[in-house]
Amino acid sequence: MKNVKVLGPGCNRCTATAALLQGTADRLGVAVAIEKITDYAAIAGYGVVSTPGIVIDGKLVHAGGLPKSDDVARWLAA
Amino acid sequence: MTAHSLAAPPHVSPGNARLIGITLAALLAWLAVYWQLEPLSHWAVAALPLAPGSHLADAVGFFIFDTPKVLMLLALVVFAMGVVRSFFSPERTRAFLAGRREGIGNIAAATLGIFTPFCSCSAVPLFVGFVSAGVPLGVTFSFLIAAPLINEVALGLLFALVGWKVALTYLAFGMSVSILAGWIIGRLHLESWLEQWVRDVRGGATDLPPEQMTIADRILAGVEATREIFGRVWVWIIVGIAAGALIHGYVPAGMLAVVMGGGQWWSVPAAVLIGIPIYSNAAGIIPVVEALLGKGAALGTVLAFMMAVTALSAPEMVILRKVLTARLIGVFIATVTVGIIAVGYLFNALFT
Repeated sequence: MKNVKVLGPGCNRCTATAALLQGTADRLGVAVAIEKITDYAAIAGYGVVSTPGIVIDGKLVHAGGLPKSDDVARWLAA
Repeated sequence: MTAHSLAAPPHVSPGNARLIGITLAALLAWLAVYWQLEPLSHWAVAALPLAPGSHLADAVGFFIFDTPKVLMLLALVVFAMGVVRSFFSPERTRAFLAGRREGIGNIAAATLGIFTPFCSCSAVPLFVGFVSAGVPLGVTFSFLIAAPLINEVALGLLFALVGWKVALTYLAFGMSVSILAGWIIGRLHLESWLEQWVRDVRGGATDLPPEQMTIADRILAGVEATREIFGRVWVWIIVGIAAGALIHGYVPAGMLAVVMGGGQWWSVPAAVLIGIPIYSNAAGIIPVVEALLGKGAALGTVLAFMMAVTALSAPEMVILRKVLTARLIGVFIATVTVGIIAVGYLFNALFT
């Protein structure tokens, strides 16, 4: 089970990012637990300046804007 | 994508080359259409049952000519800026600004504020991320003021519609206000006026791997920016052109020269006070600027009005209230207002 955190205050892009992660995980058959982090202090604690950010198993892999679907597949498969 | 193109190096893959080809073809098509705009709109205005030379004909002509022209220019400028912005990221900007001295830091922050992409929903994480990583408060403010004040789309539109002199003046004006206001806020040492939780955050630098972007990726970033910004901004532009058309057709030139000309000491503060409660997208205000300048309004007054409209907006203040105490927001608004008025006077004095 991969622990995935989406960092963002809840804007449209953050929701879209979470949906993209869930959809890709389902397609690849990877079990994920997606958690949305909306607290600004927690977001800043990861060093993220631009949202949405993505943290997978405690490691920051992306910050700012919708991620590319190829990248999402790569992070989830790793 | 085929296995073959996946195996090829990114810069020469067939998909890449095709995308570059399509982009060039699209740019040529854009130019061809743009050249035909003026005769087409003249023909359209002449075909309408309007008395030539009447107020209504002037206003409608301005609207019919400007709408396709501004929208086409907007698409091109946003695309180009999307490509340029793919070279910048807020994380890289922060790493560059952390620990900078004030002065140089304010100048660098104002410059990066023009090009670093960030949406207003990112304003709070950006602010907290900058301050917690050791970017001085005044330098952070220079960035935060420059980002909406010097809108790169507005800059491109001014360049194309009104000319390079006004565009450069706008750039110099915006830079001066951002640097000056940020520097003053830094000198006042107001760190204790941040909300408590902001002062408690300890954020580190990120160890994100650098993004590998091919030319095709950057072109796609430009297309994405066009789709997103164009979809959001076109309504503002239409409203702006309609307002510009009304000014162009109905406001007597003599009246504007008296009210917004360089001769009256009160015209700059009055323009700023009127501009603060009005909120428009920076791109939408350009047709209004074009019309006001055409009627003899003074450059400093018009730019002061434009900046008051774009820089100080209620939605942004509501977002910033999450990190700044009301007192600090008050200082922020006061400093930017005074800065805009001061630079407005300066430019009226320089350009008369």
